[in-house]
Amino acid sequence: MDIIVCIKQVPDTAEIKIDPKTNTLMREGVPSIINPFDLNAVEEALQIRDSLGDGKVTVLTMGPPQAESALREAISMGADEAVLLSDRAFAGADTWATSYTLARAIKQLGADIVFCGKQAIDGDTAQVGPETAEFLNIPHVAYVKKVEEVQKDSIRVQRLMDEGYDVVESTVPVLLTVVKELNVPRMPSLKGKMAAKKTEIKKMGMAEIGADENDLGMKGSPTQVRNIFAPQFKTERRMLDGTPEEQVNFLVKELKESQCL
Amino acid sequence: MDYFLDEEQLMIRDLARQISDEKIIPVRAELDEKEEFPWDIMKALAQSDFFGLAIPEEYGGLGKGCFELAIAVEELSRACLGVSTTFAANALGTYPLLLFGTDEQKKKYLPDIASGKRLVAFAITEANAGSDAAGVQTTARLEGDEYVLNGTKQWITNGGEAEIYTVIAMTARNKGPRGAAAFVIEKGTPGFNFGKKENKMGIRASVTRELIFENCRIPKENIIGKAGMGFIIAMKTLDSSRTGVGAQGVGVAQGAFETATKYASERHQFGQPVISFQAVQHLLADMAIQIEASRSLVYSVSKFIDSGAKDVTKESAMAKVYATDVAMKVTVDAVQVMGGAGYMREYPVEKMMRDAKILQIYEGTNQIQRNVIGQALIKETAKMR
Repeated sequence: MDIIVCIKQVPDTAEIKIDPKTNTLMREGVPSIINPFDLNAVEEALQIRDSLGDGKVTVLTMGPPQAESALREAISMGADEAVLLSDRAFAGADTWATSYTLARAIKQLGADIVFCGKQAIDGDTAQVGPETAEFLNIPHVAYVKKVEEVQKDSIRVQRLMDEGYDVVESTVPVLLTVVKELNVPRMPSLKGKMAAKKTEIKKMGMAEIGADENDLGMKGSPTQVRNIFAPQFKTERRMLDGTPEEQVNFLVKELKESQCL
Repeated sequence: MDYFLDEEQLMIRDLARQISDEKIIPVRAELDEKEEFPWDIMKALAQSDFFGLAIPEEYGGLGKGCFELAIAVEELSRACLGVSTTFAANALGTYPLLLFGTDEQKKKYLPDIASGKRLVAFAITEANAGSDAAGVQTTARLEGDEYVLNGTKQWITNGGEAEIYTVIAMTARNKGPRGAAAFVIEKGTPGFNFGKKENKMGIRASVTRELIFENCRIPKENIIGKAGMGFIIAMKTLDSSRTGVGAQGVGVAQGAFETATKYASERHQFGQPVISFQAVQHLLADMAIQIEASRSLVYSVSKFIDSGAKDVTKESAMAKVYATDVAMKVTVDAVQVMGGAGYMREYPVEKMMRDAKILQIYEGTNQIQRNVIGQALIKETAKMR
């Protein structure tokens, strides 16, 4: 069973500061980490590989050349291969163009299971996983909290819901996005770290994935960011007076008038 | 200070520190309080390949030496000496096999030790044997193809939790020290049981038990080296492991020093941080000097051992004595710098002080180490004449 894990290098939000003048993130000097949910995805992929005793785990990322360090970190945890999708044409991609690019690469590489974190902690869209599955035309299950059983042609997982969970069975190939409840990601190993230094990272660009420039990066992105700002709270607040009974009656009346009840 | 560690040594240090910060520091107070064996941490260390550090690559290890082991032990000790004792005792128990085991014995045991699948313990101490190693009363009688062991070992670190034991016993008591042999014995062998778990002042996350042998029969192939070599094996084992105890001293002192320094810069008296007072600065300066000196000595002696030097007894004893005496002094002073806070369990230094004491006692008391150094000096002087 071949598994691809899509990972993203993100700024360590615990260390991040906001520029008070422009309201944008100050990225300079902020350490980069693997998106935490993606670590759960890597861990699960390694566990499945090790329990089945065959197949390989490939980590895949789209990003600038420095994203290579995130791939090497995944190798040091035990992943077998790493692929870096890097091309000037990929720059400025929204979730649509990113998913398209990832899907083209996954098609080239081939996989039975594709893992993604449920969302990245920088953009928080949670769209890239499911969109990638759509481009690949394979089923997906989002918010996986447990993988119950993996078979040659099917997989059974638990999907985290607001109250409890669903048990979902899917055919394979499948794409799964995972939540942190899934597992505890392992630490790197010394042998893994030594291997990671030597592992050759496969690089793929526009030509290698056979994509059209107009479908990639900024050009292929329907989303246009016009402005980034911190929302301001301007809600009206009122304190109620009187006995509890009077306050309740007033509250019910107001809620009815504002059509909340 | 920069010790010019190479890339892989830095990797070992950084990963050991990451494990310490993420897995050990958050639970060390609880492990100490409950006397709980740190299985989760041992599993993390196993998964990260730390148990294979000093085991040759052909047996599944990383083929590193005493120096790399010292770097790892120092980092773990900075967080918790109970955890690092559990880890380091494993290396101690492995040395007899590593130094004197046959190829078959190495093939049989070292891969499982390197992967951390099975823990190891070393057993020499008894009720009437410790500093006086020749007082060992546990016997191993050859009967046909088997050795039959009888006797009780005490204060054995990792006892009961380890799967593999390297044990010193007498094959010929009438020959004195020359009548000893080393054996490898597996947990579960009939006639091999464990006594009570000791309740200790410090290193409470580590476990200490008695090993009880009652007509315990083992195949005669389980002898390590030859009959009569037991004490040589024990002494060579301790020669190799002493720098590890020294590294424990460096680590625990460093941990206490860092906590005390941070506290001294936050605690205000007379309107200023207490670190601004010379009385406190001088205490901290002395701590810093002694820690750096003991680190330099432990690192140098570790490299000397790794160079393949034949006789390292005196130097390894020096590293053990100096670094562990410093550890005791520095942890006591760390409590003093922190005053009332240092005495409270809310802060880690009182535990570090309790933990540090064992370093002056186990693997040869510091008095015995000084005897060893003294005897080496006598020999050297005699040669010069």
